[in-house]
Amino acid sequence: MKELSPAARARYFRRQLVDRLMGGLCVLAAGIGLVLLGLILWMLFSNGIGGLSLSVFTNSMAQPGAAGGLANAIVGSIIQVGLGAMIGAPLGMMVGVYLSEVGKDSRFASVVRFVNDILLSAPSVLIGLFVYQIAVSPLGGFSGFAGALALALIAMPIVARTTEDILRLVPQAYRDGAVALGSRENEVVRKVVLPAAFGGILTGVLLAVARIAGETAPLLFTSLGNTNWSTDLTQPMASLPIAIYRYAGSPYPEWVALAWTGAMLITVGVLSLNILSRFSHAAISGKQGG
Amino acid sequence: MLIQCGVIQQAPIRVAALTTAMSIALLLSAAPALAQDITGAGATFPAPIYSSWGEDYAKVSGGRLNYQALGSGAGVTQIVNRTVDFGASDSPVAAEKLEKEKLLQFPAVIGAVVLVVNIPSVDGTKLRLTGELLGEIYVGRIRLWNDPKITAINPGLKLPQIPISPAYRADSSGTTSIFTKYVSSVSPIFKERTGAGNSVAWRTGLGAPGNAGVAAAVKNIKGGIGYVEFAYAAENGMQPLMLANKDGKFISPSVPSFLAAASHADWANAKNMAATMQNMAGETSWPIVSSTYILVPRDSTDPVRTQHVLQFFDWSYRNGAATADRLHYIMLPPEVQDLARRQWTTLIAGGKPLWPPATN
Amino acid sequence: MTTPAVPDETIGARRLHFGDTAFRISLLAAGALVVIVLFSILVIMFNGGKLAFDTFGLGFITGTEWNPVTQIYGALPAITGTIVTAALALLIAWPIGFGIAFFLTEICPDRLRAPLGVAIELLAAVPSIVYGMWGFFVLAPFMSEYVQPWLTQTFIWIPPIGDSFFWFTAPPIGVGLLTASLILAVMILPFIAATTRDVLRSSPQLLKDGAYAMGATRWEALTGAVIPAVRGSLFGAVFLGLGRALGETMAVVFVIGNATRMPDSIMAPSATIASVVANSFPEAEPGTLDLAVLLALGFILFVVSFGVLAIARVFLRQERMS
Repeated sequence: MKELSPAARARYFRRQLVDRLMGGLCVLAAGIGLVLLGLILWMLFSNGIGGLSLSVFTNSMAQPGAAGGLANAIVGSIIQVGLGAMIGAPLGMMVGVYLSEVGKDSRFASVVRFVNDILLSAPSVLIGLFVYQIAVSPLGGFSGFAGALALALIAMPIVARTTEDILRLVPQAYRDGAVALGSRENEVVRKVVLPAAFGGILTGVLLAVARIAGETAPLLFTSLGNTNWSTDLTQPMASLPIAIYRYAGSPYPEWVALAWTGAMLITVGVLSLNILSRFSHAAISGKQGG
Repeated sequence: MLIQCGVIQQAPIRVAALTTAMSIALLLSAAPALAQDITGAGATFPAPIYSSWGEDYAKVSGGRLNYQALGSGAGVTQIVNRTVDFGASDSPVAAEKLEKEKLLQFPAVIGAVVLVVNIPSVDGTKLRLTGELLGEIYVGRIRLWNDPKITAINPGLKLPQIPISPAYRADSSGTTSIFTKYVSSVSPIFKERTGAGNSVAWRTGLGAPGNAGVAAAVKNIKGGIGYVEFAYAAENGMQPLMLANKDGKFISPSVPSFLAAASHADWANAKNMAATMQNMAGETSWPIVSSTYILVPRDSTDPVRTQHVLQFFDWSYRNGAATADRLHYIMLPPEVQDLARRQWTTLIAGGKPLWPPATN
Repeated sequence: MTTPAVPDETIGARRLHFGDTAFRISLLAAGALVVIVLFSILVIMFNGGKLAFDTFGLGFITGTEWNPVTQIYGALPAITGTIVTAALALLIAWPIGFGIAFFLTEICPDRLRAPLGVAIELLAAVPSIVYGMWGFFVLAPFMSEYVQPWLTQTFIWIPPIGDSFFWFTAPPIGVGLLTASLILAVMILPFIAATTRDVLRSSPQLLKDGAYAMGATRWEALTGAVIPAVRGSLFGAVFLGLGRALGETMAVVFVIGNATRMPDSIMAPSATIASVVANSFPEAEPGTLDLAVLLALGFILFVVSFGVLAIARVFLRQERMS
């Protein structure tokens, strides 16, 4: 092997140094992330476990002193987040597919992409305002459906953006191969491209669900909240974030404990969803992740 | 690759099946609300007692109350928009507005606003302030705790030289309205620079959400001062300071001092039952007392719901004293309750007054 | 090369197949829906906010006094707070998020990769109100006790800008622009990290292999070969983060101090458009100036996002062309 000149050797060591240094910084970054996570989770669980009991799941919200729980808030959240995701995620996926596979660089697609990014940055409170104007005020009442609609509008741009980004990374070779074998355009997308990108799309949907599961402001203006048990979508509906907001700021220890428990429940719920979907996808495809 | 794709295809189908099942379950589970259920929104201050009364009332009548503490301003907006059955506001609504929006106003319960402080090594309950000093603190003119104006009236306290951090309500709030009305009436500079209302332009300090947000801000910041409802101070074990009342006496806030102020209120001449209880005469009167109000529509499209609201409050007037005591609120004097009931008789629907309800 | 088995006439027929047309139309409709939604939001905001612009003209944007009692509204404090907190948050979160993503894809031992990845995503599962509570009850006192006094002392030599801006000299109240930026940074961190990780993971192995084959270090392979190829998608990750930072409401309400005045230091209590709307909307009645100014603020926020995105697009287009 040829001897390295001093200059070359110096360059080599410098490059190694840069690599090591950057690697070290990245480890540090990951460390910071984990420490933060640890701090927040510690606060969540140390405060939330104390309030955890069966009554949290079986009793609805009640006055301090009575054995209140969070049952109605839990169910209300599941209903509104579920409905919001069911409306927003498929729409978002369709937009993402349109941008990546059909529209691509056309004029209209650029406009849609741009508009989607603006919606992405929309403060959730403004979405709440908008839905209040179109679905609450004219209809004369707060409703769980308006809440779900607001959540759907928040979820849709997130799913659209992540879907497009991931689809763009699917190698063109996949598409060309499918076409070469005689597939129609929509078959190429449905049967080849989407499955290949499923993991990344799933991440996007889960990020969106995580986001809307914890949203308070838009629900405040659309579904108002409900201290009683109700699964009626045309009436005000309880939700965990609103329950937390009300209880955390109250002076009653039982309510504050329930607020922490509620926060812990949302976090655990979203995490379980996350893990569950990852494992089922891994089991199906035989490899981890996307 | 194609084999993988064929296998992976099953996942989206599973997801679709799951979502279909979920939506069917959702539709089947939708339960209609009970006919006598009533919805209210507004002031955060009385939220615990309204909810408490609501639960006790549900046990005897079956009608449930859903009360959302959005803030007094929100309560007014929601009843104006007729999106709830009643609105709740810590501060009375102007007469012209009640007229224009066809609302009836009556008081529900009485409360007081107190001030809490966090000064290291100083017992807050022994601190004395006047309304004028409060005004100057909240416009930023007095910035340090050992300012001569403060030490002059507190000869027995050793006040440190630390900055004063005034805390206020970030959300639109009747508590703010009560507090700023009082301070504006006794401090000209506060009236000029900030004024009174549910939301005002604070010249200094920080805003926190809710009564408890302000209480927490004070607890966490050395040198902090903030205004909260008495119930919150009592529940949190905070130590409110003494204020000078109209008679010039420094008194500590307590239920007797609130009752003393309330007893001087001029209910007979109060328009729309908005009797002022601030800065009242009386040696033992606390200067910042107020009732909190309920607003119902005069022209509801469903007058039965309004009637349910009235029945709920009537029941609470008669049966709610024990709960009020426990939660640190003050019931309306019986004469005032009767005045309220008389106001209810002015609600007419279909030619008949909504109160008293026809017994059948 | 063999001639295709399918005759030319059927190729055209294949393109016009019903499934394809329905497919295209439904996708196009989804895209159109997005535009319609934004258009509706803008119309409602603008219509509702017109009263504010009529009353104050452009002074609404440059005005610094926000006074509900005298009904004089100026949006500059809220706009300033929004831009400053979002910019600072992005500045802090992006390198850390990127570092985490690189760590997860390159450096992390295989066994730890999945659990650590899940751990980072867990940060995204925490509800925003919890961040607000954590910020208010844990971070703010910490800032007030230790960080703010230290900052004040260390930077006291920087001369103030006239009578209005004092850099790091401020009473240590714990909440304010700086604390809010930190909380926002923590909140957008998992979004940036998770999306960047997914983008890096999905990038073709070929790019890295080629770079390694030429003797590149891990860092050089990443910055020289992979990133240039996926730059657009990485930008997407940043914008997800920015979107959250600009739009965050509940957490900001807890930690920004809610003072609709121009900040006089980097640690001063301030306000963002989202926090002002959240605090004031419940009391704003239809038809009043109070509601109009909030809708006008919403309109301004959309315009600000528009501006930021337009600039980013110019960047991206230059990148693509070079």
